Amino acid sequence: MQNFPGVGVSPGRIVGPVRQMPRPLAEPPAGEKLAPGTSAEDAAAALTAAAKAVQVELRARAAAAAGDAKAVLEATSLMATDPMLIKASVKLINAGTSAERAVWEAAEAVAAMLVNLGGYMAERATDVLDVRARVVAALRGVPAPGIPASEVPFILVAEDLAPADTATLDPATVIALLTAGGGPQSHTAIIARSLGLPAVVAAAGVDQLADGTEVYVDGAAGTISTGPGDTERAAAAAWAANASTLSVFDGNGTTADGHLVPLLANVGGAKDAVKAAAAGAQGVGLLRTEFCFLERETEPSIAEQVEAYRGVFDAFPGKKVVVRTLDAGADKPLPFLTDATEPNPALGVRGYRTDTTSPGVLERQLAAVAEAAKGSTADVWVMAPMISTPEEAGDFAAMCSNAGLNTPGVMVEVPSAAVTAESILREVDFASLGTNDLTQYTMAADRQLGPLAALNNPWQPAVLQLVRLTVAGAVAEGSGKPVGVCGEAAADPALAVVLVGLGVSTLSMTARSLAAVGAVLATVTLEEAQEIARLALSATSPAQARDRAREKLPVLAELGL
Amino acid sequence: MSERKATVASSSGLHARPASLFAAAAGEVGVEVTIAMDGAPAEDAMDASSILSLMTLGAEHGSTVVLRAEGDGADAALDSLAKMLETDLDAV
Repeated sequence: MQNFPGVGVSPGRIVGPVRQMPRPLAEPPAGEKLAPGTSAEDAAAALTAAAKAVQVELRARAAAAAGDAKAVLEATSLMATDPMLIKASVKLINAGTSAERAVWEAAEAVAAMLVNLGGYMAERATDVLDVRARVVAALRGVPAPGIPASEVPFILVAEDLAPADTATLDPATVIALLTAGGGPQSHTAIIARSLGLPAVVAAAGVDQLADGTEVYVDGAAGTISTGPGDTERAAAAAWAANASTLSVFDGNGTTADGHLVPLLANVGGAKDAVKAAAAGAQGVGLLRTEFCFLERETEPSIAEQVEAYRGVFDAFPGKKVVVRTLDAGADKPLPFLTDATEPNPALGVRGYRTDTTSPGVLERQLAAVAEAAKGSTADVWVMAPMISTPEEAGDFAAMCSNAGLNTPGVMVEVPSAAVTAESILREVDFASLGTNDLTQYTMAADRQLGPLAALNNPWQPAVLQLVRLTVAGAVAEGSGKPVGVCGEAAADPALAVVLVGLGVSTLSMTARSLAAVGAVLATVTLEEAQEIARLALSATSPAQARDRAREKLPVLAELGL
Repeated sequence: MSERKATVASSSGLHARPASLFAAAAGEVGVEVTIAMDGAPAEDAMDASSILSLMTLGAEHGSTVVLRAEGDGADAALDSLAKMLETDLDAV
């Protein structure tokens, strides 16, 4: 038995075979010539054979698929041996180019043609490039890139996963995610939580496991072991039986002694909101408004925005919906708002700060939120991201008031806001801790960087101290203004208890985590949560903070969380 | 050289599934068949068995296209392919 300790980022216990994500395919170098001793004829024959093999594989997958996927696979299987593509490639081979480079360039030209046609055809360009990668992989005798096809459900293993890798991830086939790199806030962690797949990241060595190796994964403990025995199989079976109870939240977030902690959802649009309401969310703690701005060249009209926001408000009649104003910049650039050439975008003009460089966008967004709120019974609150000073908080409150919005608030993501929470809360009505960015800025560690995963951990005692300071600022302000949390931290049931113990009044998370957080919170009294928070605060490392909290929460082990 | 004109009946035009079906059929008739938009010069005609050619042709529902082939069996091949174009392949 071999063990691979890592960081558990999404709970679940499962046994299954692993499949490695093939390494990304390197482009054949420009100008690559036929190898000495290889005739153009041989190269062309090799290309035809590779193309045929790809076609056979795609046809087999099409036969097993249904609906739209089937049609797409049938079309791509034809593309593999397409006469236009092969003829253009052979022409290049006859001029002395290597087979790999020839098909690379020929497909590039076809894809460019399709992109120029726009619309449906432009979308098919991706299929041509996918076929190209498969043909080149076949020529090299390496596995095709992308998530492996398999009829048997498997555990996907990779160095790390990017959004493009997971776009086609089917949770019916992929039953868990393991990465050798990445961290708790990495894309892998976020996608695993949203799909409800057990996941362990930063598990060094897992990317060396042979395909088909059977492993046991505990996504809460962060452990992976080969050669699972009866104990592990029983644990996996118990998790499967438990999972159904952990998928239902009764819509009543409370501690064992009746201290109410409303559990809200983070949503990114009306569709999400409807799902969250069905999952029992007691409101929306974070409406990411970027959804109506992203992938646009120009600002959406007020009317468009009103309709988009109203879709969310209508899913929560009579409930609280906290709207975060546009958070562009850094990892979410927008052509009409942010400057892509900033040398250090995480510390650049992003979030609320874009109002200084592009005044008007925020004012129009607030007008749209107010207009959408008028037609609904939702209790609409508005908060600005990336607030650093009381002055900014005051300016934002004035803008909200001008727009007719009565409950202005701020995100606490910048350490300066946590430290000056008392003054900031004199200007606005509430604060919401964005733990992902707060961790990144407190620890000066980029969220996207695998090597900094240990620093970029919301269990860092320094981050917990800033949460404590924010709550202390609210208490000092004196009028009982609420401090919530709307980062990934709230979705970790153990950390959620610590946050409640620190005095946080609401928790907002991905809808899938509501049931687990609700179940664990219901087992502790407020006083116990406060004691657990004290233990975590006085720890000297994130691992120690987490271990101390988990030790006091035996329910986590029982539920496999 | 034989030729046939046909009007594309598939509701989505000669894209996606209709293009797949037509390209596969054109590849199996035993003669080389070309396809062009009606009125386009014959030398710009493209290989009818190439799904990529069909997609870049841009024939929509109601477009008239010209099929050409020569040699033994050309007429029979063109008849069957023209008939296919005039069927709504999205409904098959």
